[in-house]
Amino acid sequence: MDPGVDRHRRALSGGLSPAVIGALAAPAIVFVLGFYAWPVVSLAGETISSRAFRDAFSDPSIREVVRFTTWQAVLSTALTVVAGLMPAWVLARFEFRGRRMVTALVTVPFVLPTVVVGAAFLALLPDSFDTGVVAILAAHVFFNIAVVVRGVGAVWEQLPTDLGGAARTLGASPWRVLREVTLPLLFPAIAASASVVFLFTFTSFGVVRLLGGAARSTLEVEIWQRAVRFGDIGVAAVLSLAQLAVLGIAVLWFTRLQARHRQTVGLRPRDTRQRVRSRRERMLVVGTIVAVVAAVVAPLVAMVERSLRTAAGGGHSLGAWRAVFGDVPAATNRPPVASTVDALGSLTVSLRYALIAMLIAVVVGGCASLAIAALGRAGRMLDTGVMLPLGTSAVTIGFGLLIAFDTAPFDWRAAPLMIPLGHALVATPFVVRVVLPSLRAIDAQLRDAAATLGASPLRAWREVDLRMVVGPLLTGAGFALAISLGEFGATTFLTRQGRATLPIAIEQLLNRPGAALHAQGYVLATVLAALTFAAIGSVEMLRGRRARA
Amino acid sequence: MLEVRDIVVAFGERVVLNRTSLSLADGEIVALLGPSGSGKSTLLRVIAGLLAPDEGDVLVDGTSVLRVPTHQRNIGMVFQDEQLFPHRTVGQNIEFGLRMHAWSKRDRNARVAELLDLVGLSGFAGRRTTDLSGGEAKRVALARSLAPRPRVLLLDEPLTGLDRELHDQLVVELAGLLRAASTTALLVTHDRDEANAIADRTAQLTSAAAG
Repeated sequence: MDPGVDRHRRALSGGLSPAVIGALAAPAIVFVLGFYAWPVVSLAGETISSRAFRDAFSDPSIREVVRFTTWQAVLSTALTVVAGLMPAWVLARFEFRGRRMVTALVTVPFVLPTVVVGAAFLALLPDSFDTGVVAILAAHVFFNIAVVVRGVGAVWEQLPTDLGGAARTLGASPWRVLREVTLPLLFPAIAASASVVFLFTFTSFGVVRLLGGAARSTLEVEIWQRAVRFGDIGVAAVLSLAQLAVLGIAVLWFTRLQARHRQTVGLRPRDTRQRVRSRRERMLVVGTIVAVVAAVVAPLVAMVERSLRTAAGGGHSLGAWRAVFGDVPAATNRPPVASTVDALGSLTVSLRYALIAMLIAVVVGGCASLAIAALGRAGRMLDTGVMLPLGTSAVTIGFGLLIAFDTAPFDWRAAPLMIPLGHALVATPFVVRVVLPSLRAIDAQLRDAAATLGASPLRAWREVDLRMVVGPLLTGAGFALAISLGEFGATTFLTRQGRATLPIAIEQLLNRPGAALHAQGYVLATVLAALTFAAIGSVEMLRGRRARA
Repeated sequence: MLEVRDIVVAFGERVVLNRTSLSLADGEIVALLGPSGSGKSTLLRVIAGLLAPDEGDVLVDGTSVLRVPTHQRNIGMVFQDEQLFPHRTVGQNIEFGLRMHAWSKRDRNARVAELLDLVGLSGFAGRRTTDLSGGEAKRVALARSLAPRPRVLLLDEPLTGLDRELHDQLVVELAGLLRAASTTALLVTHDRDEANAIADRTAQLTSAAAG
């Protein structure tokens, strides 16, 4: 055998015995089978046991929902691509002070919980404005623009500037250069970004729950309505599975499309960015930066402002913040509001769930990564299995868990642990994606070196492998924390009175009449945004420090 | 006739071209020599309109073209690394400039065939540019630039990066091709032998600080 391959194999198995590898894989296998596969099978069971299929496909209101879901997703995607191309060009082509900051700023909306995005746009639009389609589209563009800016920008910065120069010396106007050279070469990147945005907007839930009102419902919202509000489990299950199938096919198709296009364009390592030279360039660059910054900052500022607005209308005060954090003398200067939402309680609940979800995700994801790295072909299967929840909508996951655990002896749907388990299911793929690459990068010779220095195999593994994955594990933990804090779709099926998480409480407060409640909703949304930034921010700082070290 | 007057280009603090002047008579082939970093490529970009100079003027037949955008200058350019369009075939690359100048389909086909013949690549029209060898790519780039009959052809180190034998062969070919096309050409190179073999006359660009 090729000694290189042999060394590589040993590097991957890390000198672990089959029993240890099995023990490492076990939590992930149990986790995926029990909390993903079994719920999906349960959903399938619901569709067989009822006349749901006929009901689902003959109902004209469902046809209307499917139509709306599709066209709003198509339109959202088109708008996001159009809005994202200009910033992508500016950030890929020009060097200017603060470029990195603008790039980071564009990414901010993408890490925000969907409920916060919904709240921010609710805050931005005047009360008189008929929230609905326009608000949903705007929020979708805001949320997803980073996908286009980063995805297309990454290719654009490798596209030689002289290619456009060559076209211009041949007589192509700037517009024709764009149409005949730049866009065709960017097409694979645009298509890839657009498909990701389409998947996100097609399965949009939190944004639509907050901005759609009673009239506008996507497939995801419809599934939730049917299942939770009307108890129409059969139809909801049919819709879930139909959506899962469509998404699965779409993902496969997109992946193949991309693979086919990838080989055709030979890109070079990054072409140099230019400084702005002409006045027209300066106007375009400055204009784009101002627009991007304003578009990202305005909704967030509006959200904070609304949290400070007093019920009376005109002025600002910390009233809502005091009401949430509990040091206002109840009902002294305001009529008491009958609220079933425990605002401060939701913060505690969310933090507790997030910590549990993070622990589960890190342990399951960490062990799974070790097992995947150690196993060859079987490892790839485990990898795919762990990734499956990522390709499944949050609503389907929550709904599946609700259905799967409703009968004895597994009647756990009301168990408080169900929610962090659901969150961990969504977060584990991220942990694996972060940890696995660094595990695979470990050179077996390092371990050999440790052995020649007198370390036992286990000791060598601890000193070498474990050392290398501590950073990625912490990164994964940060992502898991942020994901759990903001998770809304699955939670909405599993939440119980008195145990609302932050996103649940925000949705309840904002969808109820009453300015005082709304202000509290914006307080919680601001807190949630801040917590998310803290989690992601510390991850980025950690990464930055490791990159420099 | 091409005339370059007192061109100044600075990138921030770094002055790349400092009052550079040059002129080419019609049909003349001039080689511009100079060490790397002396601003040879920058000068070509200024002439092509890809880069606006901080000072100075570029004149074609006595009229300033400084305000004319690149695509209307009709000044062709062969780039150092060819810059063939990877999403188009060899034929489509050569045809590109003809389409931009609104040639009819029949004229385009005839011209593409003529140029492929000229550079010795007959039958290559349907090839993908990514499958070409180094020498073939250089020939296609030259054919593409010559196709729309530019008033002036700029060549930026067109024969750099080839092995010795191919280089020497292409030097002879290029000299013949430029003569045959009887085009006004400005060739940038750091190779004195290459300059002497191809050009009617050579000009030296000293480094910016000195010049």
